Formats: sequence, structure tokens, C-alpha cells
Amino acid sequence: MHGTDGILAPGAADERLFSVAELTRVEGEGSLHLRVRDGQVVEARLRIFEAPRYFERLVVGRTPDEVLDIVARICGICPIAYQLTAVHAFESLFGVEVHPSVRALRRLLYCGEWIESHALHVYLLHAPDFLGLPSAIELARLDRAVVERGLRLKKIGNDILTIVGGRAIHPVSLKVGGLWRAPRRDELAGLRADLDEALDLAQQTVRLVTTFDTPTFEARRLLVSLKHPTEYPMNDGRIVSTDGLDLAQADWQQAFREEQVEGTSALHARTHAGEAYLLGPSARIALAGDQLHPLARQALDASGQEAELATNVFRSILARAVELVHATAEARDILDRYEPPAKPAAAWTPQAGVAAWATEAPRGLLFHRYDVDAEGIVRRAQIVPPTSQNQAAIEADLARFAPSVLALPHDEATRRFEQLIRSYDPCISCAAHFLDLSYEEVGR
Amino acid sequence: MPAVRTRPRVGVVKLTSCDGCQLTLLDLEDELLAIAERFDIVDFPEATSVRSDGPYDVLFVEGSISAPEHVERLRELRARTTKLVAIGACATAGGIQALRNWANVADWSSSVYPEPGLLSVLDRVTPVSDHVTVDAELRGCPISAQQLREFLGAALTGRRPQFPDEAVCLECKRRGLACVLVAGDQPCLGPITRTGCGAICPAMGRGCYGCFGPRETPNVPALLERFHEAGLEPDEAARKLAGFNAWAEPLRPFIPATGGERPAEGHDARN
Repeated sequence: MHGTDGILAPGAADERLFSVAELTRVEGEGSLHLRVRDGQVVEARLRIFEAPRYFERLVVGRTPDEVLDIVARICGICPIAYQLTAVHAFESLFGVEVHPSVRALRRLLYCGEWIESHALHVYLLHAPDFLGLPSAIELARLDRAVVERGLRLKKIGNDILTIVGGRAIHPVSLKVGGLWRAPRRDELAGLRADLDEALDLAQQTVRLVTTFDTPTFEARRLLVSLKHPTEYPMNDGRIVSTDGLDLAQADWQQAFREEQVEGTSALHARTHAGEAYLLGPSARIALAGDQLHPLARQALDASGQEAELATNVFRSILARAVELVHATAEARDILDRYEPPAKPAAAWTPQAGVAAWATEAPRGLLFHRYDVDAEGIVRRAQIVPPTSQNQAAIEADLARFAPSVLALPHDEATRRFEQLIRSYDPCISCAAHFLDLSYEEVGR
Repeated sequence: MPAVRTRPRVGVVKLTSCDGCQLTLLDLEDELLAIAERFDIVDFPEATSVRSDGPYDVLFVEGSISAPEHVERLRELRARTTKLVAIGACATAGGIQALRNWANVADWSSSVYPEPGLLSVLDRVTPVSDHVTVDAELRGCPISAQQLREFLGAALTGRRPQFPDEAVCLECKRRGLACVLVAGDQPCLGPITRTGCGAICPAMGRGCYGCFGPRETPNVPALLERFHEAGLEPDEAARKLAGFNAWAEPLRPFIPATGGERPAEGHDARN
């Protein structure tokens, strides 16, 4: 029941169906459905069948600080992305200036999340594809050291989250105005040596994934990410694209829209012109690669594969590996410069209006928008996760990629489709919860 | 079932949830490979493309029951499982999404959905134990790594796992933390909430928000009275319970009529 099936639809003599009822090594529950008739792809679907959780409705009637704890639960893998996007949105509306050390600690949290999320994806979810293995458990039987390297990296990312955030999954330290508590220097000291080790492991990761053979595939997509004048994009920056878009991060809606698509439980996002676009590590490197930490830049240059990143999504594993170098190196720099703030949080007073912000989650640009009343209570919310923005591009890429593997045995072709989907690191748990809202439609 | 089997066959599945509790298993980085040697992980779609329909000696179930197909799936899984373990607040108490149990889901759907007819959801979000027999529960939003280690260790040696039904307060005492409620008048669910997290919120100087759910005999009215003394209006005090374990039986009767939502003045809060 879990495998793949190739069936001939009744009455369609030359129709093939490639389907995977439940995708594996992705976060959340989704299925693949690809129909080919007379050699032409007639349908390519990444279906998301997780039940909706109504997050945009659950935050209505809640205070900003309650919202931070609630939106964390959208995703066990990237809770900081949701919390940080929301906290920045509220602070921008309320005009709160956070202490520079607090800003650095929040970036450190984001580095920790990028490290744990990317290490999970590179080593446990994605690498087995390039080695023809079903899992990292099987990979460990062949090469235990390589899996241990990934687990060690992941653990160091989680340790950052635990020390600064209280725990790795659903951290508890963020509040509007700053943090509930800022760590002392000595509490962070133990991480310093770990990050030296993590940086070395991340550099090894780049060298490892550079050796992977990828299927041949070229699709030049519109790429979108944040860009900041002095930092690699994480929690701040303007929205830019390979088409020359340059937009304030709160103004996502000016360039993009969500639409409901039949047969899937997440809204797709497109540009207002209807174009699919792609977010995530490869897009960030294409648009903001000049802001990478020098050590990450060096690792990328040494790979000799930068150009391929923008066109072959199977190479995205390299982008994640390069960002592992960036996040470990930046985390180390933050530790070296850290001085605890006099006060961990600034006072704030609520203000009615629209709180909107975007940050770069591990999987790409994440946009939040909240209508807030004079007491600071949320009255309406829109949350646009990266995977639902990538979904249209994933499906378009599936259709584009299909002809190159149709001659392969059915199961092998199906495996390639699954590998293609995995290359986007889809977080279906995130995407699924946003079936319930299209801001424009609700607003009318 | 084969007569001889040395390693317990383990499955990990999810229903409606964030993946965080099963991720806790992958977050046991130092032990993960040893666990994979001592247990036969036969089905864990997030981690492996090797699949199995069972039977399972141990099946971890993450997530709440919120769609019609979940009920049937859960029953089928139960039939193939020796020890079914509900993991996390969603599976043991419905999770944050159970707050919609205080609203009319049809209202929520039709007010915000372009095409509510495409939606297949149950009226109520419920925990696993409402539908099948559960052999063990790991609490928390998310579960803790220590709990999971304790459970797996106990499963290997055949002993009963120890999950003390203590209040978070005891953990604060052990850690020597000043009481945020007594010293700071901050609403804290610690006195009625089970330990397991390590008192991480009080350690940050904030009140506990109840990730691990209520203890067996929590004195909820006394705590709400204390919140009232600390300056919270009755509804605001009760709203502190409207979180990740709101649907847990000991808390349910105290949740405000609108769940966690503060009604908007002057217009219908359901848009």
C-alpha cells in the first residue's frame, strides 16, 4: 500500500500514473500525483492532506505574547521562524526598539534553528537519495561516521536553542520588546568550542555534498528572498527577486497573492502576474550570496557549483550545506561579540494597526500580517509559510522534469520524482495549516 | 507474528500536529543510532522510506484526531499494535487546535474559507484515548527528550517507565528558582501542571503556560483565585488555561465560553 503504483486509467490506453500515497523523509503528510498521457504530463500535484489546524483563526482574540507561543506550534522544526517573524511584526507596529544585544541573541537563535533544520535535512532526509538508500539509519550501517557528523551538527544547533531559548522545540524565551531573559556570558561560553567543531563539520559537509551526483535538470525559476545591506538575510531585509523586485518586507502583498487550488489543502502563492516562484537556501544564495560569511563564501567558491544552484534544484543540498557554514560561523561571531543587555526587554504600549513582517525561515521567506486593535489584541491574521509559496514551482518543476525519466522503470521514475520534491525541503506541516485563509478574500 | 524476534518493532505515525514530538526522537542525537540498533524502526515516514503496516510492538502516535479518516486509521493501527503510546499534547489532550472545540467549526470554515465544502474536518478535535485504548502517554508540547529516553529504556528492560505526577513547582524548588507567582505576581500554571519540562519558563522569569498539562488532581479554582488576587479579571485568569492542553478534562470546565479568544467589542468576532 505504501509503494508506488502504475495504473492504466480505463479508456486511456496510453496514460500512466505515478503516485506516492505518503511521501517519506519530508516533514508532514503529502502525496505525489503525476499523470502522463501520450508522453505529455497532464497533471502534476504535490497534494497536502494534513488536516487544517486553523492557526490564523486560533490567534484571533489573543495578545501579541500569546501569539508568539501559539505560532511556534505551526512547526516543530522551525518554531523560531514563526516566533521571530511575529515578534518583529508586532515590534514594528508598536515602534519598539530592541537592544542590539537582544537583536544579536535573536539572530543566534535563528542560527541555531538553521543549523538544526539544515543538518536534519541534509543528513537524515536528503543525503540518502544521492546514495540510493532509504534512510540515514541504513546509511549509518555503511558509514556511521558520516551520520554521526550530521547528528553532531544538529545537536549543536539544538544546544544553541536550548541555552538561549529554553528548549530546542517550541522555545520559550521570546517576548515582544526583547527576551524574557538574556543569558550571561558564561552560560554561552560552552558553545564556543562546540561551534568551532560545528564549523569544521559544516565545511566537511560542503565537501561531501559537492561529490554527490545529481540528476540533470534545468529550470530557471523566479527566485525570491530577503536582502539586507550588511547581513545575510535572516530576520531583516527587503524582499528582492531575480526579476528586480525590491520591496519593503511588510509589503509582501504588493507583489504576491495566495490562491486556492483544488485537490490540495494549502493555498498556493504566485506573483500578481501569476508566475510561480521559488524561495529557500538556493534563492538566498543567488540573491544575497555576496553577504555570506567569508568562510561560507569560501566554501561555496571551492565547490565550483554555484552557478548550478540557481537552475538545478537537486543541488539545493549544497546551498543548505553552505548555509550551515554561514550559520555556524555567524553564531561564533555573535558569541565573541556578546555583551549582555542591561535589560532583556524594552517596554511597549499597544497600538492599533497592521503588524507585518517577513523573515527567512530555513525553507525560505515567511510572511506574517496581523490586524491589531487598540488594546493590542489580534483581530485578523495572515501567515504565508515558505512551502505553500514554493508549491506552485514544485509542481511546475515536476512537470518539467518528468519527460527526462519516463523511460526509466516505473518505480525508479517515481523515486526520482520523490527526490525532486525532497530537494525543496517541503515542510508540509507548515503549509497545510493555511488552507483556511486568503487575506484578500476574507477582507472583502 | 514470527516466533522469534529479538528487537521490538517500533512505528511512529502522526495525525494532526506540528511534527515536534516525533522530531524529539530524532533530537536524541547521541542515542539515535544506538536506538536504531536496539529497536527495529519499521515505520517512521518522516525518517525513512522503508515502510511497514505492522505489526508493531510499540507504536508512537503523534497528533490529535480532527478529520473523519483519522478515526478509522487509528482503529486499524490499534489492531496491529501491542503497545500504543500517545505522544504530546495533541495526542493526549487535543493540542492547541482543540481550542476550536469552543467555537462552531462550520462558522470558522464558512467565514474564512472560499470553498468550505472542500473541507473534511470533525466538529471536535479529540485526543487518541477518546477513540482507542492507549497503553502509555507521554505528555508535553513537545514531549521531552528525557521522557522519551526513560520510556525507551523501560521498554527494553520490560520495566514500567517512571513519569512522576509532580507539579512544576517541585522542579522550581529543586532548581532553587524564585517563585514567579509569589515573588512577581506573574500568573503561573506551575502549581497545577505536571513536571517534565524542567521548569524552563520560571527559569526565564515567566509563568508556566502548561505544556505538560494538568496533574491528576489539580486545584484549579484555588489557582484562578490566586490569579485574581494578582490582578487578573476572572475571564483573563481562566484564559491562562486556554492553551495547549485546554481540552484536558481537568481544565475543560474552566475554559471561557469563547475559548482563548477575547471577543472584539462592537462586532462579531468570527468575522
